[in-house]
Amino acid sequence: MNINSLKYCLRESVVSLKRNFWLAVVTACIIAVSLAILGGFLLLTVNAGQFIRDVEANVEIGVFLEAEVDVQAVEQQLQQLSGVETITFVSKDDGLDDFSASLGDASLLAGLKGSENPLPDAFRVKTTDASLVSTLTETIRAIPGVEMADYGEELVGRLLKITNWLNKLFVGVSVLLALGAVFLIVTTIRLSVMARLEEIGIMKYLGASDWYIRFPFLLEGMAMGWVGTLASTAALGLAYSKLATSLQQDAFAFFIRPVTALEQLAPIYLGILILGTLMGGLGSLISVRKFLRV
Amino acid sequence: MIEFKAVTKTYPGGGRPALADISLQIDLGEFVFLVGPSGAGKSTLIKLFFREQLPTSGEIFFDGKNIANLEKAALLQHRRQIGMVFQDFRLLKQKTVFENVAFALEVLGKSSKEIQAEVPLALAKVGLAGKGSSFPGELSGGEQQRVGVARALVKNPLILLADEPTGNLDRETSWQLMELFETINQGGTTVIIATHAWDAVDRMQKRVISLENGALTRDEERGSYRDEH
Repeated sequence: MNINSLKYCLRESVVSLKRNFWLAVVTACIIAVSLAILGGFLLLTVNAGQFIRDVEANVEIGVFLEAEVDVQAVEQQLQQLSGVETITFVSKDDGLDDFSASLGDASLLAGLKGSENPLPDAFRVKTTDASLVSTLTETIRAIPGVEMADYGEELVGRLLKITNWLNKLFVGVSVLLALGAVFLIVTTIRLSVMARLEEIGIMKYLGASDWYIRFPFLLEGMAMGWVGTLASTAALGLAYSKLATSLQQDAFAFFIRPVTALEQLAPIYLGILILGTLMGGLGSLISVRKFLRV
Repeated sequence: MIEFKAVTKTYPGGGRPALADISLQIDLGEFVFLVGPSGAGKSTLIKLFFREQLPTSGEIFFDGKNIANLEKAALLQHRRQIGMVFQDFRLLKQKTVFENVAFALEVLGKSSKEIQAEVPLALAKVGLAGKGSSFPGELSGGEQQRVGVARALVKNPLILLADEPTGNLDRETSWQLMELFETINQGGTTVIIATHAWDAVDRMQKRVISLENGALTRDEERGSYRDEH
């Protein structure tokens, strides 16, 4: 394919897009909507991932000791573990105070002070790295004198479950939407092909290569896909950055830190843009395939 | 050289073969009429040589190569050596005469400079100089077919294949078109015409290959439309 052919192909795609202008607009809009939903899900997943990491990073391991155990011996063992950042001792009395404070009424537990205190002595262990939490907890559980060690696995586990479920939903919905968009492109391009069927027949007799015939339609489909996704990424980017800013300013949402790093967002936007364009091309190729046999 | 060796073509569900056991040779530079009643297999023969279709059995050689075995690129090359002229002209109505002829060069990736140079020459050869900016709908049938011939001719084909080129034209116009084909042939291009225009065939006394019911019934160096023997 040389430069003259390329010029011809560009011209033909523009003519074709003009001829089916409104249909092309509708197709682009539907691609835009479906990919915006896909992009929205992607952003949600990225943020959920970040949220889980935040939660994990702030996790402390609660180490509860058996009664009548040598507290210092356990503390020494804890200090020898690699990956431990800080160790805070919480005596059974401190523990009771904390618990009372969290209940908001000190009198409720007042009778349990001293020898009646049911709480064990405990350590709060903070790790240097969130990824070490679960293995470190296992190790700590094996230390003699440790009754139990716990870091809120349930919370993290539940979050993971929710995000896994969201991911599955996201893949399912996206695949359906993508199929719908491709089908629409197939239909739109078919109309373009029909409008030029006579021309295509003549081109075959004149010795045009398959690619020469295919290319204008490919460009047309890709243009629709590209314009559609460009619109959807622009809208999505704008909406998301607005939401992120307002969340950051909202005092009640201080615990949510939306992902704003460009190196995490750029691949999503760029990926959607490329995906939409490829979907446009795929639709065209499917549509043109059967008309090429002369 | 074009060579058909025992070529048979049967269409799916078509009953008797459209072509049955055809063997013939046509040298480059020849002028050949394919004659015979409708359904005799003339169009099929043309389609097979253009390799729009493949024979059911037998082989077709061009330039020593079995055209059934041509790879994609070679097949394009094969087709680009052939100029096709159709009974129904097959012009693009929304394009001007110039654009219709230029289309044949655009498809081959020629530059607009080459196109500007070649198209007027082709139009002049068919006697349509100055008609470049007309639309096909503004021309007579004979003139439209000349545009079709110019489009086939503009890429300097080795072979011109015409399937009933005068089928939609009156006798006088047909005769003029046949004279044009003869001129083209004199320029060195092989011309093969499937036709019912018996008076032109009789007047021109060219090689005549006659088909009937898919079988070759006659092949004469200087023949007439009907068998005179």
